Amino acid sequence: MSAGADGRRTGRGSGRPRLRVLRVGPDALLVELDGADQAIAFHAELQRRRAVSGFPSVTEVVPAEHTVLLDGVSDPDALAAELPGWRVPPLRTAGDQRVTVPVRYDGADVAEVAALWGVAEREVARIHSATEFRVAFSGFAPGFGYLTGLPERYRVPRRAVPRRAVPAGAIALAGRYTGAYPRSSPGGWQLIGHTDAVLWDPSREPAALFSPGTRVRFAIEES
Amino acid sequence: MTVTVISAGLLTTVQDLGRPGHAHLGVPRSGALDQPAHRLANRLVGNPATAATLETTVLGCTLRADRAVTVAVAGAPCAVRVDGRPAAWGAPVRLPAGAVLEVGPATRGVRSYLAFAGGVAADPVLGSRSTDLLSGLGPAPLAPGDALPLGEPVGPAAGVDVLPVPAPPEPLLLPVLFGPREDWFTARSPAVLTGSDYRVSPTSNRIGLRLEGPPLERARDGELPSEGMVLGAIQVPPDGRPVVFLADHPTTGGYPVIGVVPAAALPAAAQAVPGTPVRFTPAGRR
Repeated sequence: MSAGADGRRTGRGSGRPRLRVLRVGPDALLVELDGADQAIAFHAELQRRRAVSGFPSVTEVVPAEHTVLLDGVSDPDALAAELPGWRVPPLRTAGDQRVTVPVRYDGADVAEVAALWGVAEREVARIHSATEFRVAFSGFAPGFGYLTGLPERYRVPRRAVPRRAVPAGAIALAGRYTGAYPRSSPGGWQLIGHTDAVLWDPSREPAALFSPGTRVRFAIEES
Repeated sequence: MTVTVISAGLLTTVQDLGRPGHAHLGVPRSGALDQPAHRLANRLVGNPATAATLETTVLGCTLRADRAVTVAVAGAPCAVRVDGRPAAWGAPVRLPAGAVLEVGPATRGVRSYLAFAGGVAADPVLGSRSTDLLSGLGPAPLAPGDALPLGEPVGPAAGVDVLPVPAPPEPLLLPVLFGPREDWFTARSPAVLTGSDYRVSPTSNRIGLRLEGPPLERARDGELPSEGMVLGAIQVPPDGRPVVFLADHPTTGGYPVIGVVPAAALPAAAQAVPGTPVRFTPAGRR
C-alpha cells in the first residue's frame, strides 16, 4: 500500500493541522481531521484558498463531521502531497455570512430537552437563542444544515422512535447539533421550535439559508 | 410544443447531465445513469448533450406529440413503434403530429433513453432538469396525462450508418479502487469482495446498485462519523451487502466505503437487470 492509502499524519507545528489524506476512487480525496472544530477550520481555509486563483480545479467540496471530501480533483496526487503542509489559521469570524432566524420555541420536545439539560422549560429558548451557531455541514436533505455552537453539556440523544413526519421549519436537536428541517420529512431529532423562514428555495440565490460556514443566530419570536 | 404521456411504464424520469457542484448543500448529482446512451440519443436528434431526455425503466413508455418532431431511442434495446408500426431503434425517427410513440419493454438492459429534437424543456432546478428520486428535486416521475414541454430544435438530426447494439456484459465487471475505509473491514474482506459471485438485487434503483452475495465483515463496531460520498462508492451497511452508489446517491453517509468503482464502469451497472452476475475486479490500491 502506498503512502496515500495509509494517509499522512502531520501536525505539531503551529497552524499545521493533524490530518490524514485518504484516496477515494480515481479523482477524490477525503481529508480527515482530529475533530469537528478542526474540520470546520480546515474547510474555511480550503474555501479561502479556492477563492484565490491557482487552486486546482475541484468539482465538489463536501464538509462533514470530521472530514472534508474533495471530489473531481484535477490532479489528486499533487493535492494529496500538498495538503499536509498547509497552515490552517484559527477560525476568524470576519466576513462570514450571518443570518438571524426568528423561532417560536414551542416544539413538542421542549420539556424533554429541558429535562435532559436539567433546566426549566423556558430556559431552553433562552440558552438556545443566546448561542452563536455555525453551519458545520449539510446533508440528509437539500438545505438541511448541521449547526454547531451549543456546549458539549447540552448534547442530547435522538428520539428512540423517529417521527414519521416532522413539519417544515422545525428547529431540532440531536447529538451536538442543531438542525432545521427545510421541508416535511421523517425525523428523529428533538423538536424545540419552529421558524417561518424559508430554509430552502432552489429558485433563490442562495438556495440554502444555511450553507457550510454560515453563522446563525436564533431570535425568540413570541407566539 | 408538448408531448403527452399515455403510459409511463415502470418508472420514466426526465434526465440530463445532472446538477453536480451542490453536494455541500446536500444536493445529489442526479442525471442520466447511462450517460453515453443519453448523449447518443441526443446526438441522433441534433441536441447538445445537455438537453434533457427521458430515462425509462424496463417497461418503456408511450407518448403522443402534438406536433411533428424528430425522436431517437438509445440505451437498452427495445421495440419502437409509431402509431403501431415498427420504427428504428438507435436512429432518428420522424414522429408526425398527433402520432403515438411507443418505446417498448427493454429486450436487454434496464434503461432506454428517448430524446426529442429540442429536448424536454421542463423547468430547471439548480441548473438541471433531472429528476432526483432521493431528494425530490426536479420534475416528478412521469404520470399518464402529463404534458411535457419541448424546446426548439437546434441542430440537424445526425446521420448514422450503423449503431452498435450494446449487449450488457455478463457477468458485469466492476473494477474497484480500495479505500477510503478498507480498514473498517476484516483483512480478508477485500478478497471476499473480489473473489465472490454477487448478483444484482431487485431492490436496486437510481440511488444504488444493491448486491446479493457474501456479506463483508466489519473489523470494528461503532459508527463512522458521517462523511462525504462519491459516485461509485461501495458502501457497506450493517448487513454486509455492498451497495454501489449511482447518480441519486446521498451526499453524505455513515456506513464505511470499502472501495470505489470508477465512473466509467457505471453505465454498464445501470443496464444490469436484477439477477445479473457481478464480479468485482481489483483495479489497484491507492
